[in-house]
Amino acid sequence: MKFTLSWLKEHLDTEASAAEIGDRLTSIGLEVESITDPGAGLKDFIVGEVITAEKHPNADKLRLCTVSDGKDTLQIVCGAPNARAGIKVVLARPGTVIPATGDALKIGKIRDVESRGMMCSARELLLGEDHNGIIELKANAKPGATVVSALVEAGLLSSDPLFDVSITPNRGDAASVFGIARDLAASGLGKLKTEKVQPVAGKFPSPKTITLDFTPENKDACPIFAGRLIRGVKNGPAPQWVQDRLKSVGMKSISALVDATNLIAQDRGRPLHVFDADKLSGNLHARMAQDHEQVLALDEKTYVLDSETIVIADDSFARGIAGIMGGMDTGSFEDTKNVFLESAWFDPARIARAGRKQAIISDARYRFERGVDPQFVLPGLELCTQLILEWCGGEASDVVIAGALPPPHKPIAFDPALVESFGGIQVPRDEIKRILEALGFVVDSNWLVVPPSWRHDVDGPADLVEEVVRIYGLTDVPSVPLARGNAVAAPVLSKSQRRTRAARRGLAARGFNECVTFSFIARDQAKLFGGGDDARQLSNPIASDLDALRPSILPSLLAAAARNAARGFANLQLFEIGAAFESGMPEAQKTVAAAIRTGHAERHWQKGGEGAELFAVKADLLAALEAITGAPMSAPITQGAPAWYHPGRSGTIAMGPKVIAQFGELHPKVLATFDLKVPAAGFEIFLDAIPDAKSKGKAKPLFAPSPFQAIERDFAFVVDAKLAAGEIVKAVKQADRALIDTVSVFDVYEGKGVPDGKKSVAVAVRIQPKDATLTETEIEALAQKIVAGAVKLGATLRS
Amino acid sequence: MTDIAALQSDILAQISAAADEAALEAARVGTLGKKGSVSALLATMGKLTPEERKTQGPLFNGLRDTVTEAIAARKSQLGDAELDARLAGETLDVTLPARSENSGTIHPISQVLDEVVAIFAELGFGVAEGPDVEFDDYNFTKLNIPPDHPARQMQDTFYVAPQADGSSHVLRTHTSPVQVRTMLNTKPPIRIISPGRTYRVDSDATHSPMFHQVEALVVDKGIHLGHLKWTVEQFCKAFFEIDQIELRARPSFFPFTEPSLEWDMRCDRSVPGKITFGTGNDWLELGGSGMVHRKVLENCGIDAGQYSGFAFGFGLDRMAMLKYGMPDIRSFFESDLRWLKHYGFQPLDIPTLDGGLSR
Repeated sequence: MKFTLSWLKEHLDTEASAAEIGDRLTSIGLEVESITDPGAGLKDFIVGEVITAEKHPNADKLRLCTVSDGKDTLQIVCGAPNARAGIKVVLARPGTVIPATGDALKIGKIRDVESRGMMCSARELLLGEDHNGIIELKANAKPGATVVSALVEAGLLSSDPLFDVSITPNRGDAASVFGIARDLAASGLGKLKTEKVQPVAGKFPSPKTITLDFTPENKDACPIFAGRLIRGVKNGPAPQWVQDRLKSVGMKSISALVDATNLIAQDRGRPLHVFDADKLSGNLHARMAQDHEQVLALDEKTYVLDSETIVIADDSFARGIAGIMGGMDTGSFEDTKNVFLESAWFDPARIARAGRKQAIISDARYRFERGVDPQFVLPGLELCTQLILEWCGGEASDVVIAGALPPPHKPIAFDPALVESFGGIQVPRDEIKRILEALGFVVDSNWLVVPPSWRHDVDGPADLVEEVVRIYGLTDVPSVPLARGNAVAAPVLSKSQRRTRAARRGLAARGFNECVTFSFIARDQAKLFGGGDDARQLSNPIASDLDALRPSILPSLLAAAARNAARGFANLQLFEIGAAFESGMPEAQKTVAAAIRTGHAERHWQKGGEGAELFAVKADLLAALEAITGAPMSAPITQGAPAWYHPGRSGTIAMGPKVIAQFGELHPKVLATFDLKVPAAGFEIFLDAIPDAKSKGKAKPLFAPSPFQAIERDFAFVVDAKLAAGEIVKAVKQADRALIDTVSVFDVYEGKGVPDGKKSVAVAVRIQPKDATLTETEIEALAQKIVAGAVKLGATLRS
Repeated sequence: MTDIAALQSDILAQISAAADEAALEAARVGTLGKKGSVSALLATMGKLTPEERKTQGPLFNGLRDTVTEAIAARKSQLGDAELDARLAGETLDVTLPARSENSGTIHPISQVLDEVVAIFAELGFGVAEGPDVEFDDYNFTKLNIPPDHPARQMQDTFYVAPQADGSSHVLRTHTSPVQVRTMLNTKPPIRIISPGRTYRVDSDATHSPMFHQVEALVVDKGIHLGHLKWTVEQFCKAFFEIDQIELRARPSFFPFTEPSLEWDMRCDRSVPGKITFGTGNDWLELGGSGMVHRKVLENCGIDAGQYSGFAFGFGLDRMAMLKYGMPDIRSFFESDLRWLKHYGFQPLDIPTLDGGLSR
């Protein structure tokens, strides 16, 4: 919403400066986006007087001038043909920033003659296109004075600051200069000028009638529609002051008839429409459009409407989209002689819906969907009639009205004590009443408060508290501490939140860089990770490659890795903790911690090292799980993981039916899709699937180390090459769960000395006696049991 | 006497001349060995008279002890020399690089969230979470945003395709539906923050289709605007970790709060590319807030006659950008390794109130 200070002063009697008004507007909820002071960039320029102007000794087209700045005389070289003795000019001295270039002026030498300033053209000051000569100020301009007022005098600069205010959607009433003046007046920054609009007496009955053709369920679409015919008008340009005023707020001047409606819309928030009466066939009707009914609108586009859109029609066709945009065929143009002026009130919700559906942005829609003042339907019509008669001549008919004004707003029972108990500030009762009344509310002695007809956003006591507080001053509301529950704040994170945090810090501590990526990815990529179905599609994606809710975080990380690899960073450790989606239903999402390693082993002078391979990420995964649960992972690891992993180099950790994590090298075909040319391995931890550890209180179990020496024995078994080492470890452990502390595989060998299809697996068994040192016989018996367990898996002891 | 002294000096010379362990061993055998010179001398002790034994005995024993010590000393000397020689041969060039370990980092969003949680935990706020895909009802209707409300145009919503059961949902446009869920499931008093990902159909230099919000909600008896002001002020002061912070509340509009206010912070942007807080003539928008609308409380089953509440919401990404001077929100989600390392935080820099939120 734009207006100038002088326009505001048409409605507000105030001495306040633009800056004061700006601050006040923001503090009462009308946020100032900007105040443009037209002279703001010209503060350093002063008025100069040319004393002498001679030909430049070394150039024919240049003049060598002496210019007075009120105190001193400066030598200036100037190329303007109108530079001559006696004129008053706009003088820039060294250091002054020239608006057109943005550069500060320097002392220069032009053809060997020093020039200590510049006399400016309109274009150099960004005041116009004129660059044929320097600006000539009026003769009474005083040398040495700042140039702004002299420029205003000369008609080159507006002195009027321009306000741009952002209006919240609830404040349709503030989408008018008058409405803004009313709020400012209520806040004490001046006096509102109210002048009742005088009706124009009709000279003849309107030859056109209006009907409201609505079914009962659509009756509230347009409760009132008024109009009148004005005959014998002569359309042309609006008066200059009107054109200037519209231009000052960035609106185009079109013709007297259109400008009249635009001026009233901006000034009073009342949209109107002018039909060329001669182009209307028969009478006017407000009704719902038929499905597929078409209207050629003023923006020269044809809109196909539906039965939820209100139209203004004549006897033949829909002629305009009500409250949004008029029709081309019946608009008023240069040759228009007889007009029908429309002023109506439309249901904001229907206007909003239709405007959104048709994607039309117009000033009328902006105001109607926020709600205009129904009580101003008739005054607006009269005001516009006056302007048209004044600017275009002609004579007006009687006013015709269909329907009736909607009933006034319901009174609100208000307890003024709420201002303190809810608004947090003490305001005297008189002041509460004064504020509400200044805003147009009617307050009776029992604090029954009726909102004014122009406010559609006030329907409860809290709204009234807001009105009082915003006008009285939000800054004055004292801050009050919340009551403190515990002297020492209690912990607040849930178990799962602590887990997420542990996973995050744990992975970062292992050298992973945390990423945050979009929750949506390309459908083709989603398909590779078990997603990409219709239920996980976005209906209105921001880009075609961001159209699917991700089924996994890995594709997001792989895409990130590919982008980094393209920049020359191929060896990466990336992770993200976030949502992966199982469908498009709320809550069908799981929290996943996913990580990848990409690239080859580091090139290092010591050789060796590991790249993005299975056992690197297995170690990462187990460390992360330990960070999450606080204990080493004991759940079994089984071979294989979903299709996006390498079929032979991937595994799954599950507790019963619940998959806790999956890991492995990524499938080469998947990597190719992401155009990733280095190996990649990764894992996914399903944080929600990890069961809570049973709480055993804060005390740790007693530390009870065995006093007896542990012993270590190695066994090498020859087994089927396909047998999982984990099975052997499990079998060995089962030999005696109490005595055997750990079993670790330290060698796996296939080749010479081991039959084809077999492998040798060597394990170190640490035996920890608890009650007494083991005798040789006992150790031998345990060894026998260990071997026997392995033999059940088809193993033989390697000799 | 002279014999013993001469013998001793001979032996000691021999020991100190021993160039290696073998020569030293030979010297030991030649002196203290069964047939060694010192042993032979000691063997003569039995044949001496008691008087002779009194004078000669200590001399003999002295010789034996001196030789034993000398051999031990030489042995240790030789050992040290050998170890020194070996260690000298093991010298490595310490300027060669160790195996590199990647330095992991925490994303600024996560770090800033931990900072926010630390502050609010101190004020007794829990952390509530909810799904990214939301019911239209929770994201809009329960928050007093009916289908045709102009406010829905303020938020360009991502819609998810219709589901098997015919229902259709949205990607939450704010984390307020988490407030709804909390109010539906909890009896007041309520003090929570709801952080999380949010989505709007918007993408340009200052907007990303995905961003993060943190909202706070308090519902209790006797809560008023003054409590809201205090909480926002305390939070901002603690979060930005600067003393001279100046906040401005200005009236605004949100369908879910009444009264509604927005918060700005005084700053100086006169130097291009730089923001200084607490001074200057510019105001920077922080976020929105207000007293929870009566209809929202009622929609969520809370008796608005008995309870009142306030809520506010700030952009986490924005908070991170302001505090740590990051210019572009889009780069948050691009996972450029250089950016992650440049703006990321060390894994063990866990924000605490006792240690300070940031270094």
